[in-house]
This record gives sequence, C-alpha cells and structure tokens, in this order.
Amino acid sequence: MNIELRHIHKHFGTVHANDDIVLNIPAGTIQGILGENGAGKSTLMKVLSGFIQADSGEILLDGKAVIIKSPADAIRYGIGMLHQDPLDFPPLSLLDNFLLGRAGGLFPDRKAAARNIHDLAAQFDFALDSEAYVDSLTVGERQQLEILRLLWLGARVLILDEPTTGISASQKDKLFETLRKLAKQGMTIIFVSHKLEDVEVLCHKVAVLTAGKLVGEASTPFNTKKLVEMMFGRQISLGARRSLKPGAKVLELHDLAVEDIRLHLANISIDVGAGEVIGVAGMEGSGQGPFIRACCGLIRPVSGKVIVNNRDLTARSYHDFMRNGVSFMPASRMEEGLVPGLTLTEHFVLAEESRGLFIDGDKGRKLAEERIKSFNVRGTPVSTVESLSGGNQQRALLALLRTPLSLILLEHPTRGLDIESTIYIWNKLKERCQQGTSILFISSDLEEILQYSDRVIVFFSGKVTPPFDASELTTEKLGELIGGVGWPGSVDEGKRL
Amino acid sequence: MKKINWLNYGFQLAAIVLALLFTTLVLLLAGAPPLQAYMNVLQGIFSSVDDITNVLAAWVPLLLATAGVLITFAAGLWNIGIEGQIMLGAVFTTGALRLLQNSSLSGGWILVIGFLAGLIGGAIWGALAGVLKTFGGVNEIFGGLGLNFVATAFALYLIIGPWGRPGIASTSGTLIFPTRLWLPTPLNIALSPWALGLGILAAVVVYFLLRGTYFGLRLKAVGKNVRAAFLLGVPTWQYSMYAFLLCGALAGLAGAVQVTAVYHRLIPTISSGYGFLGLLVAMLINYQAAWAAPIALFYAALNIGGIQLPIMMKMDSSLSGVLQGILVLFVLMVDGARQRLLEKR
Repeated sequence: MNIELRHIHKHFGTVHANDDIVLNIPAGTIQGILGENGAGKSTLMKVLSGFIQADSGEILLDGKAVIIKSPADAIRYGIGMLHQDPLDFPPLSLLDNFLLGRAGGLFPDRKAAARNIHDLAAQFDFALDSEAYVDSLTVGERQQLEILRLLWLGARVLILDEPTTGISASQKDKLFETLRKLAKQGMTIIFVSHKLEDVEVLCHKVAVLTAGKLVGEASTPFNTKKLVEMMFGRQISLGARRSLKPGAKVLELHDLAVEDIRLHLANISIDVGAGEVIGVAGMEGSGQGPFIRACCGLIRPVSGKVIVNNRDLTARSYHDFMRNGVSFMPASRMEEGLVPGLTLTEHFVLAEESRGLFIDGDKGRKLAEERIKSFNVRGTPVSTVESLSGGNQQRALLALLRTPLSLILLEHPTRGLDIESTIYIWNKLKERCQQGTSILFISSDLEEILQYSDRVIVFFSGKVTPPFDASELTTEKLGELIGGVGWPGSVDEGKRL
Repeated sequence: MKKINWLNYGFQLAAIVLALLFTTLVLLLAGAPPLQAYMNVLQGIFSSVDDITNVLAAWVPLLLATAGVLITFAAGLWNIGIEGQIMLGAVFTTGALRLLQNSSLSGGWILVIGFLAGLIGGAIWGALAGVLKTFGGVNEIFGGLGLNFVATAFALYLIIGPWGRPGIASTSGTLIFPTRLWLPTPLNIALSPWALGLGILAAVVVYFLLRGTYFGLRLKAVGKNVRAAFLLGVPTWQYSMYAFLLCGALAGLAGAVQVTAVYHRLIPTISSGYGFLGLLVAMLINYQAAWAAPIALFYAALNIGGIQLPIMMKMDSSLSGVLQGILVLFVLMVDGARQRLLEKR
C-alpha cells in the first residue's frame, strides 16, 4: 500500500511533537524513521496507526484520503502497529491473543485460528506454540506473535516501533529476514529506530526527525556520518575504551546457584575488583536477570555465597546490601525504578538517608536542582517523573544513586536511549568507577558490552562462561557465544568459572 | 497557570450543581417538594445552637475517620475495615470504662484510660487487616469487609451477653455510664470541647505527617509504587503496617468519642457509618489533607440536617446520604472529564 502523509501537525500542550511532516512511502518499501528520543517518531506512528489523531494534515492510502479514528480503524485499512512494549495479554494463551483482536461471532473458530497461526508461523520459520501462554515468551517471541497477528488481521502496512530493543541477535536476524520477505510481497514496512546500524542494514529509505520536524531523507546506500549529523546536528563517536587496574575485591561470588521457574544456574564464581566493570551478555531470558538480582539480595540464592567488601551477605535482604553500599537499577524504569506521581525532589529526598522527622524543604529543592543540573535531566524539581521522557527518566534514576557506593548493578542501563544519552550515562558511570565503584551490568547491546566492560561473562540458556577480558572479544565472537557457539571446553551445567 | 486554576474551580462548581440537580431529580421521583426538603435540611443545620453543636459533635468522629483513611490512602490502601476499627475502639473503650467505673480512680483518669484503650482496640483491628494483607495476601478490601462483620458480631455478642443489661436480652445497647464517665460538656451543649480538640488535632497532625515528613513521603512512595519504593530503600511492608496501625488508632479514637461523648454506652451501630463517610470525604477532597476539615464539616452538617426530614416531611433521612454519595460520584466524574478535555487540547 502506498502511504502519503501530508502536512501532519500534532501538539501536546506547548510541545509541537509533529511539525508539518510530509512523507511518501511507496508499497514494498522498508522505510526507516530515525531520530533521537522525543524527536516525534512515536507520535507520527501513533497518528498513522490511529492511536491519536493529528491536529491537522491528511493521510492518503493508495491515493485516497482517510481518517483513522482508532487502532481498530487502522487495521481495517490494513495498518498494523507493533509497539515497543508488546500490547498483548500475558495471562492469555497465544491463541486467545489472536482471537481477541478479531471481530466476529460469539464462538470464535479456535481450530481454524490455531491452524492459521501454525501456517503463518511456519511461513516465517517462527517456533510458536498456539497453546502456550504469552507470559512464558521472550520479548522477541512476543514480537513474532504480534507480527503474525497483524498479518492474520490483514495488515498490509506494518509499523515497528524500536523492534530491535530487548531481543537477541538471532531473533533480530530472523526479524529482518521476515521484514524483507514481507516487503518483497508488496507490504509497506515502517521501521522506527534510533539504531543507525539496524536502519542501514535493513531499510530502503530513511527519514530523519528532529524536534518534531522532518529534517532530511536518504536512500541506500546510506552515509552514516550524514545520518548522524541529521539526527544530532553534529557528529558523535563513542569515547575510547579505557581500562582500569581493578583494586580490592568488592564482590565475591562462591559457587552461587540461582533458580527461577525455567532456569537453574549453578556454580557461578567470580571476583569483582573495585572500579571494575563486568558486562553480562546473553540472550534475553538466559538467566542474567535472576543472577544479577541474586547478587543484591532481591532473589535468595539456592546455594553458594555472596560476599560484599569481605562481609558475607548471603541470604540477606536487599536493604542489607544497600547498607553495605550496593545499589540495583532495574530495567523497567516506571515499574520498578521510579514512583509515578512523585516529583524529582521527592525522589531525591526519598533516596537519601533521612535525618530526623521533618523534611527540610529548601535542602531538598537545592539537592534536586543540583542533581538535575549535574545529570542533565530535562525537568524541574517539581516535575513528576512520569512527565519526563525515557532518557531523562533514566538519567534521573542514575541521579538517585547514593554516594559513595561499592557496587552498582544495572539492568539494561541504556535500553531505548539515543546515543547521546547512552554516552552521557556511561560517562557518569565511569566517573563512579574511578572513585572505586564496581559495576555489573546486563545488556543485549553487544557494542555496549564490548565498549564499556573490563570483563564479560556470557549467559546461554542457564549456563555461564568464565569471565573474558573484553579486549580479547570481538562483536562476532561475542555474538557467537550468546548464540551458544564456541563455548570454552564443556559447557555442561556444573562447569566452574 | 492561573487560568487553569479557575477552570478547575469551574469544573468543581459544575460537579456540585450537577449533584444538586440529580438529588433534586431523586426528590421529584420520590414525590417530595425539593425546595422544601433542602430548606428543611438547612434548618436542621442552622436553626439553633443545639443544631450547630450537633453538627460539630458529628464532625469529630468523621474528622478522625477521614484523617485515618487519608493515611491508608496515602499508602495505597483501601481501608474499608475502618468501620470495624471504630467499632473495636468503642468496644475497648466500653470495656475499660466498665472495668474501672467502680474503682477509686477519678473520672478524668478513667476517661484517659478509656481513650487509650479505644486507640489500642482500633489499632489492633487495623493491624489485623494489615497482617492479612501483608502476610496472608488478602486484599485489604476483602479483609476489612470481613473484619467489619466480625466486629459487629462481636459487639452484638457483648451487648446481649456478658455486658447485657441485667434482666433484659436487648440489642439496644449496654447500660448507660454514670455521668462522671461522660466527656464533660460545658454550657449544657451536646459538644465536648475535648472531643472537638482531639478531632482538630488529629486532622492537623495528619496534614503535617503527610506533607512534610519522611514518614509521609515514604508512605506515599509505597502507595504509588511498592517495588520502586523498596529499591529506594523504604521498608515497604512495615510502612503498610504503620498505615493500618495509625488509621486503626484514629478510628479507635473515633469509637472512643462515640462512647464517651455521644452515646455513653455501647450500641451495635456505634460507628454510625462515619468510617465509610470518611472514605467518601477523602475521595471527594482528592486525598488532600488540607481540605479534610471543611469538607468533613460539610458532610457532618448534611448528616445532621437530614435528621429534620423524617420529622418535618415524613421523609427518610437518607436524602443526605444520597447527596453525599452523588456529590463524590459527580466530582470524580467531572474530574475525569476535565482531564480528558484538557488532554485533548
């Protein structure tokens, strides 16, 4: 389907989120939409998929002007959107998820639907079981499910919002392959991302948004430098890797064993020195989450010891770990990290150790102003955290960490952030390392792992590699390890690190 | 900024007008002349010194209950069990007074002990809901509702059984206490300045507790996002328990006031619905403690004013209840509409 967007405007309060966007996307094209956080990408896609209505402007599908009032309306026109956080129903089975969006009948034809899922999944080589429950799937699989569902509902335009965050490298390859296949069949694919490499590899043409405006378009072959310039108005390169001599042992894990519903991780032993950064790589759901939470008392290890600064804290609570200078920063910012409804000031006051009964309002405000400034959070002391954009929320979360700390545990510290925010956040973290703080972080971004870690451990379906020196690893090698290829020696459970 | 404020007041005014219109409709459907009904309610509030003191006397337990649920609401908890907590407060106070009424202690000391007992009784009942919630995984709404029934049954048992009036098996109440165990009411009015002071003090304390203390901030954090609060270092389940304990204690004091200043005995309906009304007030003021006192006063006035209806017009006094409930519904509804409208712009 050919899509024409004509002079789309959208305001949110005083923010001009989409400013006169004009864009043509012919059928069979994979159109990339690039831009940093808050550039207006998501807004534009929400307008196209009926989630919100533009203040003015026109949408033409195959030359005909249409008014899209709701996502249901959009899918009737053949426009399906895949959201960054999959909009599915985790407590329901795949089949139920399929049937939910489908109009028709008091008694849906479950058999036929199951057959359809099966056929569609086979077509794209997805391994999905229609009876499985969605909450047992990884983000990547949920994405596959959503693609199938949209195709099944008759989508001829697929919009994907940041689809490569949170999925593994092999899932990404499969996704790209699928998208190319769909484009060949005449589908229109809109690929929203701030990951340059993904866009460059996949897209036929690219539109770049900055501050609500369409600032430029390009088609293959792309000039990376030029794209970056369009996105950020200047060139950015990742800082040079620099390694630190690790100091005294901050964290020692002895034969740690951790379990969750699906995984059993055993015999993890590692010493982390002061100022050292350990990258934890692996496919999403390979056990990194339970592992890092077991390192700070959020999950009780089945056996083994966790020692922080020579104190045995095994089976102690997270608050005991906090008292010993350990802090955990979760991936889900709004669910676990921040308190919606409270202001930035209230957060900073809350995170500091309290003195006395009454809060010193002036001191709190000063603290907030100072942190906001030094962490470059775009907000005011009285801004509630939910009013901040994702990158600013992440910076606020980082600003909440107490000083001094011995160990910071991070889950996906830069997920969904643009390059600028990523570099900023890592600069701040590296400052901490120079003061002797150790860092253990989970990431599915290979570049990030290699760029910022001193040593790397890799998880693969419940197994863990011994730590690698990051300087000895390459993206290819790490990618292989994550995919379970080239593991040192035997990687059976019980392998010692 | 200013403009938005005026707009908000406009919306709230609209809610009140709508609530009045709807109540009028209910009156018309019931075949009662609305204007006369409203006049009677107003007369019931303002026509004499007695009326005004009655309103203030009703204000005290309502204020205590509202202050209590403001704490649990801050912690994200729906303390439906507040009715039972008031009841248990009343039971404990009655128990203490009965135990000590023949002792050599002065009336004043017995009253002090009675109030402390009420506070403890309410807190225990609150803590029970809290334990069910934090350790048993029972939602506080269901736990509280169940505990309300248990509290009523317990009070009934005491009134008919061990604390029954000699020779009579009646649910109407226990024997009236001697006047030295009544909270003193000077000038022959129905209002005890001690109770009034207690109610106002509670509202002020809760206002400052929620506004400017670490305790209040942590409570709010727990209420808005337990997981984040925990990661930020707040001992979360403890704070939920504190909220239940404090709310229960305030509700217990309301029960003590009902026994010592209003009924001077234990009756099965001693909580008089002030707990539920307190929940309504807290919702109406959008959990802003600063508004607790005036709005609770307004609701207490409606309660007292409504008593005129059966006397003057042979109508049920529940008209006030209708207006009270409708008002909350319309304010919530209009607020929802306001948010949608402002968002659209």
